[in-house]
Amino acid sequence: MCLAIPGRVQTVYESDGVRMGKLNFGGVVKDVCLAYLPEVQEGEYAVVHAGFAISKVDEATAAETLRAFAAMGALADELGEEMG
Amino acid sequence: MPDLNPDVWTCPLPLRDYPHIVMGHGGGGKLSTELVEHLFLPAFRNSALAPLGDAAVLPPVAGRLAVTTDCYVVRPLFFPGGCVGDLAVNGTVNDLAMSGATPLYLSAGFILEEGLPLADLGRIVDRMAAAARAAGVAIVCGDTKVVDRGHGDGCYITTAGVGVVPDGVNVGVQQAKPGDAIVVSGPVGNHGIAILSIREGLEFESRIASDTAALNGLVTEMLAACPDLRAMRDPTRGGLAATLNEIAAASHVGIEIDEPAVPVDDEVRAACDLLGLDPLLVANEGKLVVVVPAGLAEKLLATMHRHPLGTRAAIIGTITDRHPNLVVARTAIGGRRVVSTPLGEQLPRIC
Amino acid sequence: MKYLNEFRDGDLAQRLSAEIRAAVTRPWAIMEVCGGQTHSILRHGIDQLLPAEVELIHGPGCPVCVTPVSLIDKALAIAATPGVIFCSFGDMLRVPGTREDLFAVKARGADVRVVYSPLDSVRLAKENPDRQVVFFAIGFETTAPANAMAVHQAKRLGLINFSLLVSHVLVPPAIEAILSSPTNRVQAILAAGHVCSVMGYHQYPPLAERYRVPIVVTGFEPLDLLDGIRRAVLQLEAGTHIVENAYPRAVAFAGNRPAQAMLAEVFETCDREWRGIGTIPASGWRLKDEYRRFDAEDRFAGPDFRSVESPHCHSGEVLRGTLKPNQCPAFGTACTPRTPLGATMVSSEGACAAYFHYGRLIDLGTERATCPT
Repeated sequence: MCLAIPGRVQTVYESDGVRMGKLNFGGVVKDVCLAYLPEVQEGEYAVVHAGFAISKVDEATAAETLRAFAAMGALADELGEEMG
Repeated sequence: MPDLNPDVWTCPLPLRDYPHIVMGHGGGGKLSTELVEHLFLPAFRNSALAPLGDAAVLPPVAGRLAVTTDCYVVRPLFFPGGCVGDLAVNGTVNDLAMSGATPLYLSAGFILEEGLPLADLGRIVDRMAAAARAAGVAIVCGDTKVVDRGHGDGCYITTAGVGVVPDGVNVGVQQAKPGDAIVVSGPVGNHGIAILSIREGLEFESRIASDTAALNGLVTEMLAACPDLRAMRDPTRGGLAATLNEIAAASHVGIEIDEPAVPVDDEVRAACDLLGLDPLLVANEGKLVVVVPAGLAEKLLATMHRHPLGTRAAIIGTITDRHPNLVVARTAIGGRRVVSTPLGEQLPRIC
Repeated sequence: MKYLNEFRDGDLAQRLSAEIRAAVTRPWAIMEVCGGQTHSILRHGIDQLLPAEVELIHGPGCPVCVTPVSLIDKALAIAATPGVIFCSFGDMLRVPGTREDLFAVKARGADVRVVYSPLDSVRLAKENPDRQVVFFAIGFETTAPANAMAVHQAKRLGLINFSLLVSHVLVPPAIEAILSSPTNRVQAILAAGHVCSVMGYHQYPPLAERYRVPIVVTGFEPLDLLDGIRRAVLQLEAGTHIVENAYPRAVAFAGNRPAQAMLAEVFETCDREWRGIGTIPASGWRLKDEYRRFDAEDRFAGPDFRSVESPHCHSGEVLRGTLKPNQCPAFGTACTPRTPLGATMVSSEGACAAYFHYGRLIDLGTERATCPT
C-alpha cells in the first residue's frame, strides 16, 4: 500500500475552493491537492500519495538521517581497516 | 509537427469539400479515388506506387527476403514526439532491421473512423511519408476502409514490410550464447511514459517525448563493424523486460543485467516512481537490444556511439548458462531480483 | 528525484547491511506490514543484503490483497450497471472476484476508468451529470484522506451523481490481530511509514508494550527499510520493545492533523472483513450518516449470487505469516499470476505473486533466496 513520493511545491493555487499546487517530481509536474498541508510553501517538499500531499519533508531531518548513515559507514570503514 | 493547411495542399478542393472522413471515402468510388489522388499519392509519391495497380510490381533483389507485418493502434493519435503514422513506418522498418534485413518496401492499410478530421489524416500521412524518407523505404501499396463513427479510434494503420537480408548476416534470438554481452542502444521507457503523460486521468507535464525512430541506419553501421551480431530485438511493448525474457527463452540461456547500467532518463525514472511503474517494463519505439560476443562488445559500442541513435548505447549485462530462461537484475544496492515478462499493460498503482 | 535518490545509495546500503550483520546473533522474524515495503524489498533485492538470521514476513498491508471478495463482486456488479462510470486505482483491475475481474467487465462494455487521484473521479462526475460516477475507495489510512476529500467535495458541490464504494481498512487492528494470534511468529514490526505520516504513531506504544514487540516506523526506500530492520534487530538483540521512528523526515508523532480532521468528518469506525483473514473488529472505516447518501453500496443493488473464495486458496495463512506461499498446494500450479485463485497472487506486492516472480531465485541454489524460506 501507499506509494508516496516527495515533490517540490512549484506553485500554489485554488480550485473549487480547495488548496492545490503544481508539484515538481524530478522534472515531472503534476497537480496535487494541498488541503492537508495548509502551511506548505512554494519551494518546500511534500510527500504525495494518490494526488494528495500527506506530509511535509523535514529537510533538516533528512540531511541528519543521511549523515547518521554515513557515520555508520565511517565506523564500518575503520573496522574494515583494522580487520584488513 | 507540420499542420496540414488546406490552402497550400496539392489539391485543396476535396479537402475543403469534406473536412472530415465520411463513409464514402472507403467506398471505392469517387471519394476514395480523391483521397488516394490528393492525399496519399502526393505524400508517398514513388514509381512503384504511381501506376496504382492491384499489386506493386517490384524489381528483383539479391539475397533472402524478409517479410513482416504489424498493426498500429494508439490513443491518442498524436502524442509528444510523434503520431500513429511515425509508429506505423518506424515499427515495421525496425522489425525488418532486427532480423538483419535492409528494409525496402512497405504497404499501408488504413482503417479510418467516420468523422476523423481530414487535416488529422493529412498530418498522419505526412509524418508517414517523412518517416519513410528518413528510413529510405518506399510505401508501394495501400488500402483504405472507413468504419462507422464509434467503431474505431480515429485511425488504425497496418503496415507490412519487405526487406532483404544480405549474405553473411545471420541474426536470431535463439543464438545468444553464455558469455555474450548485451547492449542497449539508449535510454528506455520514453515512449510508454510519453503516451501515459497525456492519457486521460493521468496527465502530467514533462519534456518526455516518444523515442520513435527507424533503426535500420544504426543497424547497418553495427553490422558493418560486427557482422557476427548474434541476436537483435527492439524492446517495444513489454519493454526491455519482455525482450530479454524472449531472448533467454529462445536461446535457453540465463541473462544477468546490471540494473544501474541500463540507461533511463531522469524524468522517465521520476514519472515511473510517481506512478509506481518499472522502467524496464515500459515500451520503447526507437531502441534496440543486441547480443554480441563479449570480445566484440567494445568495438560495437564505439560504432553505436558514433550514430545519432546510439550515442547513449551501453553494455547492460551478459548471457549466462546459470538459471536458464531467467532474467536476473543486480540492483543499485547490490541485491538481485528476477525480471519477469509483464502480464499485460502496466497500470499506475497506489500501493 | 530529491529525497528519493539519496535514500537508494548503494554504498550506504552496504554499510547499513554491515551494521545489521554485526548486530545479529540469532534468528529473528520481522514483519513489514505494508505491501509497498514488500514491493520495495523485492524490487531492490534488499533481503539479500540481510544476514540469514533475519527473516522478513510480508504482512497484510495491501488493499488489493485484503479487500473481501464480496466487495470485489459488488464492484463488478456496479461497474457493469449501464450508465455507470466506474473509477478505480490501477491496482484493483486485475483482482479476481468470484467469477471475473474488472478487466473482464470492461471488455463486456462497462466504462471502467483508471484514475490517479480520487479528485479526478469528482471531476468526471461534474463533467458527466447524466452518468453515475462511482469511485472504488480502497486503501489504508494513507489513502483514506484522499477519498474523504473526494466525497467531501462531492457533497459541497452538490454532485448527486457521485458515490464511493468504500473498503477502508486500518493498520493497527490488523497488527493486533497478527500479534494476538496463538500461531504468531512475528517478533518485530516495521510499521508503514506513510500510514504514520497521516495518523502519527501514538497508537503503537500500547501494542509494543502489550505484546512485547519492537515496532519501528519505517519508510520505503532501500536505506529506510535497512535502517528500520537495523533498529528492529538491535532491539530484538537487546530485548527491548519500544516504538521507534526510522522515517522522521516524513512522519511526526501526531501525524497530519488536518487530514485526521477530515477523516473524522467523513468516516466512522466499523468492523471489516479482510480477504483470507476474516472479520477484524473495528478494523475499517465507513461513511458517516451525513455522507451515507454517497455510499455506492446503498445506491446500487449487489450481485445476485453468493460470493465464494476458492477453497484451494490459503491466502489467509499467507497474510498472517503462518504459511509460506510456496507451501500452498496450489502455488505455481492451479494458482499463478495469470490464473490467480486469491488476491495475494494478483497484487505485485502480494506475497504469492512476489514469490512467483522473484522467488525463482531460490532455485538458483548458489545464493540466498530472495524470499526467505
